[in-house]
Amino acid sequence: MELLLDSLFNGVAIGSVLLVAALGLAIVFGLMGVINLAHGELMMLGAYTTYVTQLIFKLPILKPFYNSYIIVSIFLAFIVSGVVGILLEKTIIRKLYGSPLETLLATWGVSLILQQFVRSVPLAYGTGLVISLLIGLFLPTTFPSKIKESINFKYFKFSSWIFAALTGVLTGSVISSSVSKLSRASARNVDVTAPSWMRGQVEIIGTAFPKTRLMIIVITLISVIAITLFLNQSAWGMRIRAVTQNRQMSDCLGISTEKVDIITFGIGSGLAGVAGVAVSLLGSVGPNVGGNYIVGCFMVVVLGGVGNLLGTVLASFGIGIMTDLIGAGRLLSIWPDMPLPLSNTINFFATTSMARVMIFALIVIFLQFKPTGLFPQKGRMVEN
Amino acid sequence: MSLTKIKFDKKIVLSFWIILIALIIAAPTLLPVFRLNLLGRYLSLSIVALGVDLIWGYTGLLSLGQGIFFALGGYCAAMYLQITSSSEFPNNIPEFFALYGVEKLPFFWEPFRSPVFTFFAIWIIPALVAGLIGFLVFRNRIKGVYFSILTQASLLVFFNFFNGQQKLINGTNGLKTDVTQLFGQMVGSESMQRIFFWITAILVIAAWFFAKWVVKGRFGNILIGIRDDEPRVRFTGYNPVIFKTIIFSIAGGLAGISGALYTVQSGIVSPQFMTVPFSIEMVIWVAVGGRGTLLGAILGAVFINYAKSLVSEALPASWMFIQGGLFILVVTALPEGVLGWIQGDGPRNLLQRFGLKRKIETYPSLEVNNKEGNHE
Repeated sequence: MELLLDSLFNGVAIGSVLLVAALGLAIVFGLMGVINLAHGELMMLGAYTTYVTQLIFKLPILKPFYNSYIIVSIFLAFIVSGVVGILLEKTIIRKLYGSPLETLLATWGVSLILQQFVRSVPLAYGTGLVISLLIGLFLPTTFPSKIKESINFKYFKFSSWIFAALTGVLTGSVISSSVSKLSRASARNVDVTAPSWMRGQVEIIGTAFPKTRLMIIVITLISVIAITLFLNQSAWGMRIRAVTQNRQMSDCLGISTEKVDIITFGIGSGLAGVAGVAVSLLGSVGPNVGGNYIVGCFMVVVLGGVGNLLGTVLASFGIGIMTDLIGAGRLLSIWPDMPLPLSNTINFFATTSMARVMIFALIVIFLQFKPTGLFPQKGRMVEN
Repeated sequence: MSLTKIKFDKKIVLSFWIILIALIIAAPTLLPVFRLNLLGRYLSLSIVALGVDLIWGYTGLLSLGQGIFFALGGYCAAMYLQITSSSEFPNNIPEFFALYGVEKLPFFWEPFRSPVFTFFAIWIIPALVAGLIGFLVFRNRIKGVYFSILTQASLLVFFNFFNGQQKLINGTNGLKTDVTQLFGQMVGSESMQRIFFWITAILVIAAWFFAKWVVKGRFGNILIGIRDDEPRVRFTGYNPVIFKTIIFSIAGGLAGISGALYTVQSGIVSPQFMTVPFSIEMVIWVAVGGRGTLLGAILGAVFINYAKSLVSEALPASWMFIQGGLFILVVTALPEGVLGWIQGDGPRNLLQRFGLKRKIETYPSLEVNNKEGNHE
């Protein structure tokens, strides 16, 4: 019993990391049909945001609040990745709607640039750049509508970008002069240390669970609930669903599909940032941290069925539990006197990498029976 | 994609071939050994690019897993070389087995004692694996981005398998070939490398003609039909699954040959050939060169790799930026690639922009409609 509970918990823990990482992808892919190979790098930005937040919270002014940095960093990571995602949508992805393979290649290019960016630009100035992007993108939208509609709006926009650039440079240099660790570029991995209240273990029904894992499960739970509520209860959520179902019709009915695209992509990218916070709690953070998760995330989306959050949830927990069962060879400890050829096979697959091989084989077999995933999209369209 | 192609005079074509062959024969004397070896490697990569062009440029299947077949070909070649040069090691098996305490040769190594088997295995095994993966995927009408994702996932699976199995194929260290013997000669030696260069150059040309032959006739037309409108091909009575599987295994076989040639020239085959970035890079060679133009794939592979080695020698950090920018640029600004642009309307449009060529009058309404149509 205890063994089973332990296994279940481990599986849920692996699954919830997958889920929080795949959630944003499922939204962007499911609702917009866009394959974002830079999703892993947006996660990486979220993880680095956690690291930067942690170092900033070590400054004397913020020291008393140090323990709450992880909560703050969740919001910051959402904003940072969301802003970068919106920029991506506005500059590149918008031009490529309707050609998913091209989007795939372009976002791969973006992911290469983001990786190298983190390696060769000091994090302090990276932070400054993100802040200026944030101001430059959002300041013009806060102007009163009188200015927005005037012919001279482009000059206002231009001047707000200049203001944004100046603020960015200023914050960049302030951070780099006050936190020495952020002032130099480095390709080395960095470590995020969990605050004291998150270290250690909790005992539930006689089994010890590490607190960081529990924290990740909580983050995942909150993200899933929030996104479900947003999609099903809010006005913008309704518009997003409408555009998903029929883009032209929604356009005709006066929904700004352009805005819907930006919001969807922004939220999807922001969720990648939140996933980055979760990932930073599990191990060290480096430029390649996102790449480890991206294929797993796509598997979740394919298995769960496109555009279906419930499918995403079930698929990620399914994959998580299977990974734990196979990777740790748990079947063997549940059923110790298994016949020899079977136990040999299980031992052969009882490593993390071989478990991946097995999981993929299972997914391919599954897709033979249900090619469109657990919950296929209903519709009468023959193709696409 | 435009169908207009520049027609050359027969004499020009003939002299082009004479110059090309002369260059290939003379290359070992013109280039220093290091550069010659690099050129040979890039030429071998252009064979895998040809395969990518066949499946992506002509059939519309974007595979992100060509690295599997590339590496399989490389492993086949390396296993043969290792096993034939292992007579002085304990138990008559390759040296690395001793590190892991393996005394008996794993069963799947046995057939690689035979050079004939290896010769066929290099292209048949990757082709079979590709055919199997392709069939399982295409059978369910999984296509487009799903196909890309699944090929990428299978790439990762193969990577994990080869990376983790030290006792079977030396895991992450890979198999070295440069100190092995082939027909009594050291594979890494200069004279052997020169021969490998010539073999590569001949095979690139052969593969080019083969690919041209594949896409020429009715078979090629169906491939293009699948790319442009698969349901229509199916409704006309063709079964796209068969054609897609065949072309995917052809591309796999080409990748295998390419991998074997690359392995003997770089001196090692390792799971690094199966990493995700490498397989996506193959796509970008074709995209830059021009997809749907076979020559573009060859030129793209050679020139981008050459640029990569030059840039990486001078400014190591900047190559990632350049490569990333190249991906974005070629997709947004030059979707037909360089050769496709030259063969298409590109130069004329450019000249028009500078007023050097008269603009062709068209029906404005037609252009507007086209734009709307493309938007969706």
